[in-house]
Amino acid sequence: MASLQMAALLSAPSTPVPSDRVRLGALRLSASSSSAARNGGALVVRSEAKVSGGGASARGLSLITHAVAEKAAAASSADSKPGHELLLFEALREGLDEEMERDPTVCVMGEDVGHYGGSYKVTKGLATKYGDLRVLDTPIAENSFTGMGIGSAMTGLRPVVEGMNMGFLLLAYNQISNNCGMLHYTSGGQFKIPIVIRGPGGVGRQLGAEHSQRLESYFQSIPGLQMVACSTPYNAKGLMKAAIRSENPVVLFEHVLLYNLKERIPDEEYVLSLEEAEMVRPGEHVTILTYSRMRYHVMQAAKTLVNKGYDPEVIDIRSLKPFDLYTIGNSIKKTHRVLIVEECMRTGGIGASLRSAIIDNFWDYLDAPILCLSSQDVPTPYAGTLENWTVVQPEQIVAAVEQLCK
Amino acid sequence: MAAALLRRASTSPSACLLRPLSGRLFSSSSDETVLSIETSVPFTGHKIEPPSRMVDTTPKELLSFFSDMALMRRMEIAADSLYKAKLIRGFCHLYDGQEAVAVGMEAAITKADGIITAYRDHCTFLGRGGNLVQAFSELMGRQAGCSNGKGGSMHFYKKDASFYGGHGIVGAQVPLGCGVAFAQKYNKEGAVTFALYGDGAANQGQLFEALNISALWDLPAILVCENNHYGMGTAEWRAAKSPAYYKRGDYVPGLKVDGMDALAVKQACKFAKEYALANGPIILEMDTYRYHGHSMSDPGSTYRTRDEISGVRQVSRERDPIERVRKLILAHDIAPASELKDIEKEVRKQVDDAIAQAKESPMPDASELFTNVYVKGYGAEVIYL
Repeated sequence: MASLQMAALLSAPSTPVPSDRVRLGALRLSASSSSAARNGGALVVRSEAKVSGGGASARGLSLITHAVAEKAAAASSADSKPGHELLLFEALREGLDEEMERDPTVCVMGEDVGHYGGSYKVTKGLATKYGDLRVLDTPIAENSFTGMGIGSAMTGLRPVVEGMNMGFLLLAYNQISNNCGMLHYTSGGQFKIPIVIRGPGGVGRQLGAEHSQRLESYFQSIPGLQMVACSTPYNAKGLMKAAIRSENPVVLFEHVLLYNLKERIPDEEYVLSLEEAEMVRPGEHVTILTYSRMRYHVMQAAKTLVNKGYDPEVIDIRSLKPFDLYTIGNSIKKTHRVLIVEECMRTGGIGASLRSAIIDNFWDYLDAPILCLSSQDVPTPYAGTLENWTVVQPEQIVAAVEQLCK
Repeated sequence: MAAALLRRASTSPSACLLRPLSGRLFSSSSDETVLSIETSVPFTGHKIEPPSRMVDTTPKELLSFFSDMALMRRMEIAADSLYKAKLIRGFCHLYDGQEAVAVGMEAAITKADGIITAYRDHCTFLGRGGNLVQAFSELMGRQAGCSNGKGGSMHFYKKDASFYGGHGIVGAQVPLGCGVAFAQKYNKEGAVTFALYGDGAANQGQLFEALNISALWDLPAILVCENNHYGMGTAEWRAAKSPAYYKRGDYVPGLKVDGMDALAVKQACKFAKEYALANGPIILEMDTYRYHGHSMSDPGSTYRTRDEISGVRQVSRERDPIERVRKLILAHDIAPASELKDIEKEVRKQVDDAIAQAKESPMPDASELFTNVYVKGYGAEVIYL
């Protein structure tokens, strides 16, 4: 059985990562290479990682202890920086491709994922590479193929089920809740469901009410399910790999508007922790907790706030279930003020749960009520102006911080 | 005036015909002359005797088919341009190529009969009596839209014409349609409901559930599969073990129809309505084709060849619904080619005018964000941020 979580903490270009961030919740981390060289802000920590066999040749699973550009010689003159640049959907594909190559039990199923290449090109080229039995084009039958994915996972396959749009997975809600979430428990631990359910959700550009849904709020109560939301090419690839390697069912939330984000990511292999939040911008005055697309609205607001003299700490919570209360708690203990910015609807959203969790755990550290900015409790309207008012805009974030810090 | 029956002498569409004894060339006064025209192909039945392939029509009807389909075609092409100009955003699924289904169906039924479909609904809306300004306004998200700009391309509705939408996530409209049929039976309305879906959605389980219940309860539900042979990028044979959608009802009878022949569609819908009122559900499979890709974000050429697309359109293969009716009109001397050209010009102008008018409609007011979440006056609270 593969033990996973090899966490390579390569910091984003301008964000140095303090060493106490290496603890990863309940996951074991061996300090075998804590002689990690710290070079140019890059830190790689190696934990025990066994590759699950099955005959797959691990594709030169070369974990290197310091991520200095060894490949500089091979890089073109324009490419003097380490790593390679790609778009978010390509990062997802890279993660998926690497896992499929590494482990033959990983397969993909969904509508138009194979020959068509995926409606958002996440699976482009995979069908040609791995064949029709590993990249399966399904009919339009979400309830059934999700159920079939779960069934195959019960025997040990590791399917990655794609909802062409997250909203379509509502048709599979019964399967996700009752089978995916419960089977490990009701069978007394006999069956594991190492499935990944992924797809784009969120409010896009005038996609209409049914195609703009945020399912994280509907799924969050399902016990047994793990949920993560990616927001950058770096964490998209890392979370995809982690989700596939996880023995638990993981729902990976992508966002329709983030697929074309470009970033330079490491050449070396890395897997992120599913349960960990990401420090986007350290600060002192207020903790802003966000995820997915709203991260970008928050960062836009942060620019304005910095100009106004505020110092917000921005955390991309990434793990929607369970919450990384360790990172969040540390932040609250420092700033004493919390603002949650989410794209879920106000009622029963991730923010609502997060608020409760913070109140339960960190009440004594709060100097002000927790503010939560969410989308309006309405079906997403088609008209562009109305749609903009449905979701949280940077101006509202600025106003909320100003109110919090009064 | 004696009605002269014109019979087609052979199956070849351009074969010579017997002229009426009156020898009139252009028949404005013989608009109601009954013509009996043979459909392109015979109907195929599943557990039912199919209707005759001789369809009664009139010059007036044929001309209306022509102008209605030309209008629909023009609207969809204009929507394509508007989308590229970014005036229409999001998803936009075009119906050009499939007009005969909308038009033929309307010719067989009344506004008391219900229609429900998925997201390829612009022309269906028009067929139900929706007007161009409402359609274009909705597509551009303006107040004058049929859903006040809040629905968009996939959510057109028209309650007073029994048009129940307009649905984004396919499959769900079929149980809804069977529900409308249930209400029609419950209220003893003597009307039927046509629940339309595509070859992609034909594999949804909920269809079979709804069909089973409709058959048990003898509901006047007619399930219509608009088979354009592709579910987005997946060809029918890759999605369905049995692409004979008219047979998939098993114990429910079905009819396979050339969906690009408006007269065949009319005949089939008329037949289906009579059957459903007396006996319960029936399935119609309309063999049709869409010229555009699945939506404006899909070129439609990665999974089909351009030859295939142009092959269907070519006049010599006679599948294009508008060309077929044009040929019929010309062959029966109902109107000269120049009149048909004039109709097309008129239609273009109507569409252009409607677009101009729609552009003048304002975007919805901010307060519209919160209207119609609940029915007013029933105590639900609206919380503003």
